[in-house]
Amino acid sequence: MKGRKPAGERKERRKKQRERLAISKPKKGASGKTGAWRTFRPVIDPEKCSKCGLCSLYCPEGVISEDLKIDYDFCKGCGICANECPKKAIRMEREER
Amino acid sequence: MTPPAHGEPSLPPVFKRRAGETMAQIPKEEYILETTSACPGCSSSLSLRYILKAAGPDTVLVIPASCSSVIQGMYPNTAVNVPVYNIAFAAAASCASGMVAGLRRAGRETKVIVYAGDGGTVDIGLQALSGALERETDFLYICFDNEAYGNTGMQRSGSTPLGALTTTTPLGKIHPKKEIDRIVEAHHPPYQATAISAFPLDLFQKVEKALTFRGPSFIHLLAPCPTGWRFPHGKTIEVGRMAVKTAAWVLWERGQGRLSVSAPSKGPLKRPVPLQDYLGMQGRFKGLDPALLSRLQQGIGTNREAILAEAERP
Repeated sequence: MKGRKPAGERKERRKKQRERLAISKPKKGASGKTGAWRTFRPVIDPEKCSKCGLCSLYCPEGVISEDLKIDYDFCKGCGICANECPKKAIRMEREER
Repeated sequence: MTPPAHGEPSLPPVFKRRAGETMAQIPKEEYILETTSACPGCSSSLSLRYILKAAGPDTVLVIPASCSSVIQGMYPNTAVNVPVYNIAFAAAASCASGMVAGLRRAGRETKVIVYAGDGGTVDIGLQALSGALERETDFLYICFDNEAYGNTGMQRSGSTPLGALTTTTPLGKIHPKKEIDRIVEAHHPPYQATAISAFPLDLFQKVEKALTFRGPSFIHLLAPCPTGWRFPHGKTIEVGRMAVKTAAWVLWERGQGRLSVSAPSKGPLKRPVPLQDYLGMQGRFKGLDPALLSRLQQGIGTNREAILAEAERP
């Protein structure tokens, strides 16, 4: 019968086995910069905005921050914010690329 | 958080003027990192944000094959900042059973949430769900219902409503929607509710409440899908709200054998808006056969009356 390998070697082997498993790690931008998908860009008009925060409540991707700044790197331009804004303070502008 | 005693009035609805107040209850932490690869305007991304905010970091998600197993991002990265176990279609609830047994044995109170699509719940995962409910697994099962197999290109599922066009029912589905809520009800879970992505605060409160119960809880979540239901991306919330206003989707919760209607559905349940307002917004009901339409209307009416009768039962 074969003897057990030393503890260090076994630990190393377990680590290697774990590396072989398909485990994903959480990371920002896991799907790339989804802002490139956009055809229309939401622009907030600070004059009309009453800071109710509904846009950030309804944003499916959570790209509108607490102080109501839109992260254009990741905003997909779905237009939910513009549609739900009670003051109509968000305009959808065509992207120029 | 201690669960409110049953029969207590539910928390106030999301009125626009009150949004600031009610939003303050919601934790600021995001467990969905920017961003998922979901379609623009996806209900699944939106719902997952609030479900995980309600559940907190000590949570494991079990996701069978569905849109949600795809939108997590590309290997070796993921957008979901809690452990996720991706598993085969038929095995989600049974996997969660084993996971809960193991975690409790190790003395851990980690919450296990199954987040399955309608195909993974009403069709393929039904026997596993029934088994887990019967074993009184301590978990939360969320059926994320976009009323078709969205991930593979909108084929009909058992949950597709009567008359809806899908890629496999090009003339409109001729069978009514399977009533999963009644099937689950027959297992007498401690807590059962319906929710919709258009009322994220209601969803948040229901998930929070469901997780306080020992034993299985079930949330049926209607998820308007812009791609599959054929409406513009920006109208996801509007369509969802209209589903509640027309009483095509009624928000309620049931615990200890008593049903209480949630605040956003209280008015519409008694005085619904004409169903056509909801159907007309969606391309999948275009050119609906009048015979199917009247059957659909009748079905929705019967369901509404049944809920009303149960809610008013002393």
